[in-house]
Amino acid sequence: MDENFVYKQVGSVIFGMLSPKMIKKMASAKVVTPELYDKEGYPVDGGLMDVRLGVIDPGLRCKTCGSRLKECIGHFGYISLARPVIHYNYVPVILTFLRNTCRECSRVLLADAKLSQVRDKLRQIGAEKGPDVMRKRLKEDIAASNNAGKCPYCKARQFKITIEKPTTFLENERRISPIEIRSRLEKVTDDDAELFGLNVRASRPEWMVLTVFPIPPVTMRPSITLETGERSEDDLTHKLGDIVRINQRLFENINAGAPEIIVEDLWDLLQYHVTTFFDNEIAQLPPARHRSGQPLKTISERIRSKEGRIRHNLVGKRTNFSARTVISPDPMLGLNEVGVPDIMALNLTVPERVTEWNIDYLKRFVKNGPKAYPGANYIIRPDGKKKKLTEDIIEATLEELQPGYIVERHLMDGDIAIFNRQPSLHRVSMMCHHVRVLPCKTLRFNPAVCFPYNADFDGDEMNLHIPQTEESRAEAELLMMVQTQLISPRYGLAVIGCVQDAISGNYLLTQKGFSLRREDAVDLLSSIGVTDLSSLPKKEVVSGKEVFSMLLPGDFNFAGRSRSKDEPEVVIEDGKLVSGVMDKNNLGEGSGLLLRNLHKKYGESFAVDLLGRLFRLGISVLFRRGFTTTIADTDLLAEAGDKISALFVSAEQEVQRLIAEFNSGQLKPFPGRSSRETLELKILEVLNKARNETGHIVADYANPGSHTLIMANSGARGNLLNLAQMAGCVGQQALRGKRIEKGFKNRTLSCFRPFDLGSEAHGFIKSSFKRGLKPAEFFFQAMVGRDSLMDTALRTPKSGYLYRRLSNAMQDLKVEYDGTVRDASGRILQFSYGEDGIDVSRSEGGTINVSRIARSE
Amino acid sequence: MSKAADSVRHVLVPKHVKLSDSEKEALLKRYSIAVEALPKIMKDDAAVVDLSAKLGDVIKIVRHSPTAGEAVFYRVVSNA
Ligand SMILES: [Mg+2]
Ligand SMILES: [Zn+2]
Ligand SMILES: [Zn+2]
Repeated sequence: MDENFVYKQVGSVIFGMLSPKMIKKMASAKVVTPELYDKEGYPVDGGLMDVRLGVIDPGLRCKTCGSRLKECIGHFGYISLARPVIHYNYVPVILTFLRNTCRECSRVLLADAKLSQVRDKLRQIGAEKGPDVMRKRLKEDIAASNNAGKCPYCKARQFKITIEKPTTFLENERRISPIEIRSRLEKVTDDDAELFGLNVRASRPEWMVLTVFPIPPVTMRPSITLETGERSEDDLTHKLGDIVRINQRLFENINAGAPEIIVEDLWDLLQYHVTTFFDNEIAQLPPARHRSGQPLKTISERIRSKEGRIRHNLVGKRTNFSARTVISPDPMLGLNEVGVPDIMALNLTVPERVTEWNIDYLKRFVKNGPKAYPGANYIIRPDGKKKKLTEDIIEATLEELQPGYIVERHLMDGDIAIFNRQPSLHRVSMMCHHVRVLPCKTLRFNPAVCFPYNADFDGDEMNLHIPQTEESRAEAELLMMVQTQLISPRYGLAVIGCVQDAISGNYLLTQKGFSLRREDAVDLLSSIGVTDLSSLPKKEVVSGKEVFSMLLPGDFNFAGRSRSKDEPEVVIEDGKLVSGVMDKNNLGEGSGLLLRNLHKKYGESFAVDLLGRLFRLGISVLFRRGFTTTIADTDLLAEAGDKISALFVSAEQEVQRLIAEFNSGQLKPFPGRSSRETLELKILEVLNKARNETGHIVADYANPGSHTLIMANSGARGNLLNLAQMAGCVGQQALRGKRIEKGFKNRTLSCFRPFDLGSEAHGFIKSSFKRGLKPAEFFFQAMVGRDSLMDTALRTPKSGYLYRRLSNAMQDLKVEYDGTVRDASGRILQFSYGEDGIDVSRSEGGTINVSRIARSE
Repeated sequence: MSKAADSVRHVLVPKHVKLSDSEKEALLKRYSIAVEALPKIMKDDAAVVDLSAKLGDVIKIVRHSPTAGEAVFYRVVSNA
């Protein structure tokens, strides 16, 4: 059949209200009784579950359209209301009508002459800004016309109309009944109604007061059968039951000539039920509740609540074949692998089409069924029918299976998956990994790829998506695989490198004087998967550099720099590390050309493999050697302590000298600064200098073999400043670039004298973290800590929004084949990408190294 | 000399040159575009006023660039 055949084409859509006539016309049943089922459990004729309103039972046929469950979309019914009621959602519009039309003749309260003046303008406003603005404008015009409270047509006196929330209208403190309201609205002429923004063809004002009530089809309020066999009805059915029941009683009382007060009470109750049917979260009304006390979910909650149609189904995008859980590190996985929990692998599937050649292979999965791994969960027949594989249909399915069928088999090692962590700010937030099905319940990956995802393991969760078609798998593998993302298009260096212990380990291994017995070297190398040991020097004792060189390709040459002061030159000749230590500058992400050059010369697959091996080499070294960090690393000789104290004494004296100079008025201000500001700057300078010097003293006296220092020197974690803060002194606390000034009148804390300008009174912390802070020092630190916490909390959403706007504005810019940057409509933004036309991801740190290329030719 | 011309001669203002009709044709052909696809420059832009350029003329701008040393830009004279 031709799917492109146009059967009917939508010309336009008009929104309006349902007229009573329309409600009756579209109804296929009149509901007359609140009863649901008879004694046999069959739906009552004329009840709320009438079979003419659609089917929700398998096996039954719809009395209206004749189709079965899922084919019948359901049909409306209706009830006639014994007395009219206000439609809650139109209360503001009704109020506008009542206030701005005559209470006698229902003409708009604007004289003919004036009316012809404003009519065209109102129409234009309505077309441009919508009916709400139009009504507001009409109100203003009427208020301005000054009719002295009289109708300009019939001269009837007008009264003040107020509203008693939610649905009661008062005229001069007297209630106007819905009947009266409806009759007033009925008299409004079409031309007048149009001034209020109503399209009279689609909505007459009196339709805002309901006289008949539509009963929604049962298919939108299906009942569920509990395990006990009991039926449980939908919230809407409960509400409709209330409406029908009260309506019934109102009819009976009116017919029996009951006293007006009883009728009024029932009428109010009917109004309440109809109102809460539309909206059960009105502030002035107590919500209608279940017997359990939980409020009913009626129409507007179905639409606007968080679990409602809009936020849950339309705006909320959920996807199949995806998984999410907590992440944890596993350095034994390759950089491009992801460890998937086995229970996830039982649920995530990959469709495979049955062919002559793989039928036996796929039958094995079907045979295992949904519970045994590796099995299959679904099969899809050639006609597109999807069938769930259960234990008892395995045999039949095995018989049935033939080329053309599709088997949705469990996820297996080597399958392709897309791994993601929010916020997905750049392309490396979503990368493609190969699956490794593992026991336990977390998603695992090599910690070297934490950096692009910006992930840590303090409870972060990540998402996994399984592509379902050959095309998507091919695209993911070619464009998104981890190794294709190794070099950053932002700065042309590796974004993935060794981190933390892997750096410490390689640093220790490649240090001068690190050697190990040949057996130990062989053990170390084979534990990380190096099998060809022929190039390991045939000596009793081999050096760490020789072990490290085992991983490098034999023809690799490199010259670079390291952080170390003893061996700053890194030289690699013919795949041998001749001098230099391996630290963050060479192995870390975003630094140094070592990884960049390896990637360039040997390709991305080699680079990612090598990186994995380097990583494991580093941590294996630490496994064997032992590595930790201890408070004793911050122990210093008494001599160092004395030096630090002496430093503070002299710094304190310098500060006092500056203060004295200031007090005597002899302090020479800096250009453009007051002398007070100059004093602050000078004090800050002196104190910062003192703190930096403690850092040097700590660096000089700390044990260079201590693990804390090894981590700081290799760049794995921490720096000398952290160590100095633990061992020496914490230093000046700065609040917005200044010393701490706020607090009490003329002083920072009540334990200081007013106008004390000394260092201690303005947030200089002499103590170290190890010795512990004094109360005032602790307080200053808390002040700065709180400030920076607030700052981050406020900055994150702001920068997030800024980034969103940038990325949305630039998302379809593209570098064309002629090197120009153009937008979606082909307009040129740059004549050469980045003005120099360099693809940074193909460069070395953003530049083209011409001399190296010339040399290598 | 008008004030505008003075400011245009400032070192920080890149060099603006009006393209001849044949140069303009060659440019549009090289990038296979219509003039509308070029970035715009206002007719009353101080740098354009003294070039006596009319609507639709193309201005060649040679800018100093931190990445490329010199970068050439083309903008079409427009009034909106
Ligand atoms: Mg975290
Ligand atoms: Zn039906
Ligand atoms: Zn009147």
